[in-house]
Amino acid sequence: MSKKEWPLWEIFIRGQHGLNHRHVGSLHAPDAEMALRNARDVYTRRKEGVSIWVVESRQITASSPSEKGPMFDPAESKVYRHPTFFDIPDEVGHM
Amino acid sequence: MYAQMVKSQGMKSLEEMSPEERAFQERVDAGEKIEPKEWMPEGYRKTLIRQIGQHAHSEIVGQLPEGNWITRAPTLERKAILLAKVQDEAGHGLYLYSAAETLGISRDELTEKLLSGEMKYSSIFNYPTLTWADMGAVGWLVDGAAIMNQVPLQRTSYGPYSRAMIRICKEESFHQRQGYAIMMKMANGTPEQKDMAQDALNRFWFPALMMFGPSDKDSVHSAQSMAWKIKMNTNDELRQKFVDETVPQAEYLGLTVPDETLAWNAEKGGYDFAEPDWSEFFEVIKGNGPCNEERLGARQKAWDEGAWFRDGLTAYAEKAEARRANATLAAE
Ligand SMILES: [Fe+2]
Ligand SMILES: [Fe+2]
Ligand SMILES: [Fe+2]
Repeated sequence: MSKKEWPLWEIFIRGQHGLNHRHVGSLHAPDAEMALRNARDVYTRRKEGVSIWVVESRQITASSPSEKGPMFDPAESKVYRHPTFFDIPDEVGHM
Repeated sequence: MYAQMVKSQGMKSLEEMSPEERAFQERVDAGEKIEPKEWMPEGYRKTLIRQIGQHAHSEIVGQLPEGNWITRAPTLERKAILLAKVQDEAGHGLYLYSAAETLGISRDELTEKLLSGEMKYSSIFNYPTLTWADMGAVGWLVDGAAIMNQVPLQRTSYGPYSRAMIRICKEESFHQRQGYAIMMKMANGTPEQKDMAQDALNRFWFPALMMFGPSDKDSVHSAQSMAWKIKMNTNDELRQKFVDETVPQAEYLGLTVPDETLAWNAEKGGYDFAEPDWSEFFEVIKGNGPCNEERLGARQKAWDEGAWFRDGLTAYAEKAEARRANATLAAE
């Protein structure tokens, strides 16, 4: 019986040059280097990526689902942040 | 299926639900995904742990019957393909274990529950793989049956489970096709090879039908799981679909499905077929199948004999971390 469970890592992969890294899943590994190697085998067996980031899961701070309202609702009333809020006459041309 | 006979609680009507439960059910009904830290009924969480865990265990134990033939594959190319297929199944197990862990159970707990027999894996992996043709039959029928169940589960309500299913489904088609390709080769080979293909179909047909589990059209567990969208179809619906798709594929191979009662039913637009022997199914689930002991024995051995390795890597990681910390201190 092992004494300790390997920590959990979150895996981010850049699918193609020019794109952001995207979260693809997680895995267990004893350290960052092994997490990278395991991520290669678990998440890029079919050339799904050109670059991998690994972050230990406990290092991630997440917003809480119960704060969803106060966090995100204020943006709802600020419709003027979208270009469609403004009517520009056709005569002005493309803007 | 990979998760057969997962029990959940009986169902509540919308009126009997607490406000939280009702809000949850309405989100599920609206097709919203539920994410790990969000409120969920305890029964939903527990049923999902059982279901995803059982599915993950099936992927892992499912490597064994095919792993059996890697060293004896007839060509180097076949060996490389089989190796890649089995490696995919390890990946599927890992995606699913991660999804289960988001529900508050640890990887080691899941492994221990498999080894103690508290959690099950699919009955299909307790049958032996006796000849190379079995590699064909397993890919064609077993992965084929798994696909039937996994494709609709991509739309399941639990976010991490749904995302794992999407990833898995992308890889399964290769599994089924490489199996069918083996069957085509064998069925068009020498008379002895064709006999092996027929024999593999004979042995795997009914166990493949059992993968969907006994009829659950009247089951309360199944109704609750369907309301929660962690089960998308009844077992009978999926079994029917599997038979309807597979019979023409067997005909193309020139092989005979080992069921004398099999007949096209124009009225229902599907085949009538014989039920598998459910008493055999329950025996296999109970642990009395031909390979139960061997399969769990192999997992237990890997777990026990890998302990020094897991501990060694942990010790190395801790030492390296301490060295880094010292180096930083010295530099300051
Ligand atoms: Fe799989
Ligand atoms: Fe599979
Ligand atoms: Fe598969």
